Amino acid sequence: MPTPTDAAGTQPEAAASFSPSDTPVIKFVDVEKRFGDNIVLKDLNFEVAQGERVTLIGPSGSGKTTILRLVMTLEELTGGYIYIDGQPLTHENRDGKRVPVSKKDQKKLRTRIGMVFQQFNLFPNMTVLENIIEAPIHVLGQSKKDAIAKAHSLLEQVGLPDKADSHPSSLSGGQQQRVAIARALAMDPEILLLDEVTSALDPEVVDDVLNILRQVADTTNVTMLIVTHEMGFARDVSHKVMMFDGGHVVEEGHPDKIFTNPEQERTRKFLSAVLGH
Amino acid sequence: MMTSRINAAEIDDPSMVDEEEIRQSPFWDWDFAFDAFPDIFMAFLEVTILVTVIGTLVAAVLGLIIAILIMVLPRPLAWCVRWLANFIRMTPIVVQLIFVFWAFVWMDALTIGIIVFGIHYATYMSEVYRAGIESVPKGQWEATTALSMSAGRTWRKVVIPQALRSTVPSLGNYAISMFKDTPFLLVIGVAEMVTVAGEIGAPVFRSTEVYTIAGLLFLAASYPTAVLINRLEKRLAYAH
Repeated sequence: MPTPTDAAGTQPEAAASFSPSDTPVIKFVDVEKRFGDNIVLKDLNFEVAQGERVTLIGPSGSGKTTILRLVMTLEELTGGYIYIDGQPLTHENRDGKRVPVSKKDQKKLRTRIGMVFQQFNLFPNMTVLENIIEAPIHVLGQSKKDAIAKAHSLLEQVGLPDKADSHPSSLSGGQQQRVAIARALAMDPEILLLDEVTSALDPEVVDDVLNILRQVADTTNVTMLIVTHEMGFARDVSHKVMMFDGGHVVEEGHPDKIFTNPEQERTRKFLSAVLGH
Repeated sequence: MMTSRINAAEIDDPSMVDEEEIRQSPFWDWDFAFDAFPDIFMAFLEVTILVTVIGTLVAAVLGLIIAILIMVLPRPLAWCVRWLANFIRMTPIVVQLIFVFWAFVWMDALTIGIIVFGIHYATYMSEVYRAGIESVPKGQWEATTALSMSAGRTWRKVVIPQALRSTVPSLGNYAISMFKDTPFLLVIGVAEMVTVAGEIGAPVFRSTEVYTIAGLLFLAASYPTAVLINRLEKRLAYAH
């Protein structure tokens, strides 16, 4: 895939530990996000390579979740550019002018991106199976038979083989989140966005969900952008950790380095607060 | 009762009416009630029920369309739809019936009744739908975006089913309300049940039986409907 020649701004540093020769799957160029007068992200530049798993950490309000929501087009990008596989997601740079991309192009790119939410967001009026097969059939155009077969194998993978006909309300939080993971994976996403997926769960089921995600990380080549407060999980699965504060990247690097020997005082303070020592 | 009083006054020669006989007649005459029942009941089925059922269907569908239009149309157009809906909702249905009746003289009065009732109540129901749609959590919309679902499937499969859950009781109450408004059809000359009841009772100066029958028929239809709506509401709540 060609690199965008129109990408303005400085090139961010190549991913610390990951095949930097690939076209970045996600590329932020001078991204700015403001809600009214409140600037949440400013001059943000970074890249995520194919198959790379990047965890965003930092205090709440630092803009981590906003980054995921921008990639999923749940928030309007107020400045700069986001590229998915080299193609502009919301706006393209035409001779320095920011021009919105067509809805159709955006939708095509969006089908490559999946997201799992903190609050699961399963459709309560559908069964578990219907939740999973809805988009594969009606967005990707898969046959019903294939979609159902795949849904059953995904349900097996997330440890809920007998819940296909249940309604989400009859499931526990942990089970609902596992269904939500299956639903996202059913779309065969190239990019999986995980937005604090364990924050709404009871402590004893957090590991179940994280283990499923570890397994997904081990067995697939899906690119992951993760926001989490589970530092152990972040350390296990990520290739790169980015520490955010006040809408800026304070520090980034391999998880071993960030978690054991951070360079920045801000990172050290944050980690000692969340790790409790 | 109004109708019999007016009719009594219209009789040219008061001496023709034996006032003494009327005064001494029983308050309730079973034979007359049984005789009057079939005609009142037919008017009930052929007009009152017909207008209510078709009017409710029109209102339920049109109300949903109005609610969705207000949400998806560009600002100025949405504003026009909303203004028009408010205008219809804020003016009396009797005035609307008379207006449409004279504006569309070539149209059959019963059809006009159904259309006016349907549109009038659609504007009420659109508000109910709007509240229902707004009650669908933001996360549901976000999930449809994350799955790249089309706008059509998002509305049909996610938003509307969830919105309906909270709207059923209010929609049902408006249906009952429409049902009770059907006597207004009198103003455009449609012989609905209450008018027919009056016509049967007037010539013989008996109103207790006919209006009691009409009232009981109203009750016989409204009450089970209310119970049904209540059940449906509970069932919808459990299904999720």
